[in-house]
Order: sequence, then structure tokens, then C-alpha cells
Amino acid sequence: MTTVAQHARLPSDHRPFLRRLATASEPWLYSAPALILIVAVMLVPLALGLSYAFRDVRLLNPFSGGFVGLQHFETLASDKNFARALKNTLFWAGASVFFQFTFGLILALLLDRPFRGRALAQALVFLPWAVPSFLSGLNWAWLFNPVVGPLPHWLTALGIFDAPTNLLSDPQNAMWGPIIANIWWGIPFFAITLLAALQAIPRDLYEAAAIDGANAFQRFWSITLPFLAPTIAITVLLRTVWISNFADLIIVMTKGGPADRTQIVASYIFTQAFRRLDFGYASAIALVLLLLLMAYSLLIVLLRQTMLRRA
Amino acid sequence: MTRSKRIAGTIAHRSAILVYIVVALFPLYWLLKVSVTPNDLLYSEGVRLWPSHASVDHYLFVLKHSDFPRFFQNSVIVSGSTAFIVTILASCAGYALSRFAFRGKYWIVILMLLTQMFPLVMLIAPIFKMLSPLGLTNSLTGLVIVYVAFNVPFATFLMQSFFDGIPKDLEEAAMIDGATRFRAFSQIILPLTLPGIAATLGFVFTAAWSELLFALMLISSSGVSTFPVGLLSFVSKFSVDFGQMMAAGVLALIPACLFFLFIQRYLVQGLTAGAVKG
Repeated sequence: MTTVAQHARLPSDHRPFLRRLATASEPWLYSAPALILIVAVMLVPLALGLSYAFRDVRLLNPFSGGFVGLQHFETLASDKNFARALKNTLFWAGASVFFQFTFGLILALLLDRPFRGRALAQALVFLPWAVPSFLSGLNWAWLFNPVVGPLPHWLTALGIFDAPTNLLSDPQNAMWGPIIANIWWGIPFFAITLLAALQAIPRDLYEAAAIDGANAFQRFWSITLPFLAPTIAITVLLRTVWISNFADLIIVMTKGGPADRTQIVASYIFTQAFRRLDFGYASAIALVLLLLLMAYSLLIVLLRQTMLRRA
Repeated sequence: MTRSKRIAGTIAHRSAILVYIVVALFPLYWLLKVSVTPNDLLYSEGVRLWPSHASVDHYLFVLKHSDFPRFFQNSVIVSGSTAFIVTILASCAGYALSRFAFRGKYWIVILMLLTQMFPLVMLIAPIFKMLSPLGLTNSLTGLVIVYVAFNVPFATFLMQSFFDGIPKDLEEAAMIDGATRFRAFSQIILPLTLPGIAATLGFVFTAAWSELLFALMLISSSGVSTFPVGLLSFVSKFSVDFGQMMAAGVLALIPACLFFLFIQRYLVQGLTAGAVKG
């Protein structure tokens, strides 16, 4: 495959030692700058963060830094805000992924059919994907604001709201605010991925099925879905993990409020580190979040393998 | 299928597309609408779809009398340098992954995949602790270092896929003619991957432009604030001046939209890998 490998296999290599060393180290020279940076700015802080979980690290207290064992985790076990944040994370990730996927799939199916102006329509519906997350958060917070936004007035006119109030300050339903912003922002992602998968399905399959008399629903059920299944599985899995960690919209729109009703685990970690400057406790929560996400991924992989074995 | 049924199907299809377009554009349209509404009309005309007269006063104020030009400049510096450095590092690393078979390659790939898996919010506290004795908090340099590291793994995979699409014979021929490998790489292969380099630059620029949490944590003085940090502090301080905030929001949208117009043709065909990351 490469000259390097062939040279190495020769019985006696008469090149000088330095030349051989130079050849062997060549790929490392190309990748070293990237690797050093990744290790220094991602792996070292990761290890450091894991150690903080067992230490008392508070930025404002110069005497902190000592080892406290499992104390953070004991606090965590009885932390009602954390328990609520866990529940909120499930709701946040579940509702966001469900609606993003459903509307994204419908959009991909609509765009898969050729029509005049498709390129323009595609550019317009994918535009939210390019909007920076902090800006989509602010934009939706403004839309929900009864002073400048139309949504409270329209919802009142439709009879859904009793009076034009701000959804984001209603403790019962505030979570729907960031979720709606997230759905708007994330539909293009699913549509782009699913559309790419749809366009890879051989067209003659549909023609053959149509000749055999299959109707549109049957064709969708027995051709489209099986072909899309692997893409759906992997994107939904990755996206669920990603959205569970995605705190930007919540921090911008509600800062976790009112009364912690929209706090998810990721935004709770950020709040502990950023507002309370309690790095030890924040790292302990982060460690728990990491373990939960790993357990979730493992569960999905196991589930997939049992399903494959049965099939 | 009868003719009338087909027409009904077409109408349903086009209206569904139209609904999607309206939903996608409406929030951005509203941002634009409020940004050109004069303050005296903002409350009296409430939910009208377009103000009875429009003005650019909010834009003029934001550009002349606020810190936003500086935030904009800081963001351009941070995102631009991040994109530039990441693209150089990722070209080299991507080239190594694409062209060499070497011991340790497998581990490099695993390491880079691993960095895409764990929640970055975990790193906020330790990175702050590490950068602060080095004087790299409250500094654009510190922000660039962090953003470069976060974006290098994905950009490396992206560049690798572009290098994979270029035949190896090209640089092998050059090396037989006596060029060193680095010369072959920089003078023959890199120019051929220019579209890939442009895509990587664009992706990383947008990612750095949008980043919020680390900027909030690492930056506290307004002189070195990036756009997201500046806009958020503006919102919490002057939360009544909706027109100005939205004018600033429209300004923040411009670079992202430019990049999008440039990249959107390639979105579905080639860059599914890019889309998977978000």
C-alpha cells in the first residue's frame, strides 16, 4: 500500500538509521500538532475534572482543594434540584428528538420528490440550521415575550392562552419554550441527514413495486423505512446524547428558571461552575452525567445486537 | 391514478413545503421587523406584520454608540484565527491519516472519536482553572486555543475524507522526480483540496462564531467579549431596548447566513459527515 510498509518488510535495510527514523516518524510529525493540542486542552482537563469530583474546589475559597472523597456524591444523592434536572433532561431530550425527527422525516420525504424551485425551497427550509444557537434562543425568547413577540397574542386569540402572558415564566409549561426553539433549530439537521439517505435508495425499487401494484404507503413501509432504518438508528442515538448535553438554548432563554423548572443536568453543571463557582460539585455532577450517557449508549448497542441476533 | 387525485396530491405537497418555509423563516423575519420598527411604534402597533414606517435608527445607534462593533471585531478575530489554525493542523493530521499506514493510527482515530463523545460542559471548570494562572482567561488568545482544540478532531476527519478522494499516484510521481513528501503535499495535494479547505474553514468559523458557554466562562471584561457574550450582557442590562437588541441580532446573523449560502449546495450531497455533528 505504501512504500514505507514495503521498505520495512525488506530483509536487510541498508539505509542509514537516521533516514529510517525519519521515514517512520513522518506520519507522527504531520499529526503531532493536532494531537498535542487535543491532549493538552481536552484530555488533561478531562482527567483534572474527574479528580475535581472528589475534591473541594471552590474558586472563591483559596483554602479549598482538599480531598473530600465521596462527599459531593452524597450531597448529590439528596439534591432535589439535581433530581428535577435529571427528570427535565429526559423530557427535554425526549420531546426535542421526537419532534425534530418526525418533522425532519416529513420534510425529507417532501424534498425527495422533484419539483420546480426545489433548490430554493431547500435553501430556505434549511436556513435555521445556520443560525447560531445563542441567537435562535434569543429570537424565540423574544417571540414568546408579550411586549414584542406575536406568539402570546396569537395563542390567546386561538384560545390556548387565557391572557397574553410569557410562556417562559409559566412554571408548569416553561420547558416547552426551549423545546420549541430546539425543534425549529434541529429539524434541518434531521432533514439533511435523512434526505441524503433517501437519495441513496435505488429508484428502480420503487418502479418495480409500483408495477406490482403497491400503493404509496406500502412502498414507504417496505422499501423506504428498511433502507432508512440504520441511518435513523444512528442519528437518533447520537442526537439524543448531543441534545442531553446541549444547554445553550436553556441558558439563553430561561437560565434554568422559573424556579429551576427548565434546568437540565448540563445547564445545572454550567450554573454550578459559572454562577456559584463551585468547581468540585459541578465536576461531580458532570461525572454522573458522563456515566449515565455511557450507560445509555451501551444499552442501545446491546439492544441492537439482541435485535440483530433475533433477526 | 386519476388526474384530479394527482392534482390534489401536488397541491398538498406544495402547501406542506410552503408551511415549512413559513415556519423556518418567520422568527428571522420577526427579528428583522422589530429591528426596523421605530420605538414609538413598537408598542402601539404590537403584532402588525410590518410597521407603518420603517427606520434604520436602531442599526445606526448600535454601530455608532454601542460596544457591538468591538464585539463583532473580537468575534471575527477569534473565529477567523480559529478557522485558520484548525485548517492547517487538520490538513496535516488528515493527510497523515489518509496517506500513511502506521502503528498508532488506530489509537489516534479512537482518541479523536472519544473527544466527540463526552459532554464538553465537563471541561468548563478544569479549563478555567488551567488557563487562569497562565493569564489566558479574559484573553482572545485563550479562547482561540480552546476553540482550536475542540474543532480539530472533526476537521481532521473532514480533511481526511477530502484527501481520500485524491489519487495517490500524483504525489508518488512527484516524489520519484525527487520532491520531498512535504513538498508534494504542500504544492500538489493541498491546491487540489481547495474546495475541502474552504468547507473546513467555513464550518470551523461558524462553530467558533456560535460558541457561547466557554466564552461566557472565560471572558468577563467587555473589552474582549465575543459577540454572543456581548449580546447576552446587553440583553440582561438593557432588556427594554428591543429594537437595538434585534438590530444587533441581525448583524450577528450576517456571517452565518453568508457561510450558509456558500455551503448549502453541498449539504445533502457531500457533507453528511459534517451534518452528523450538528
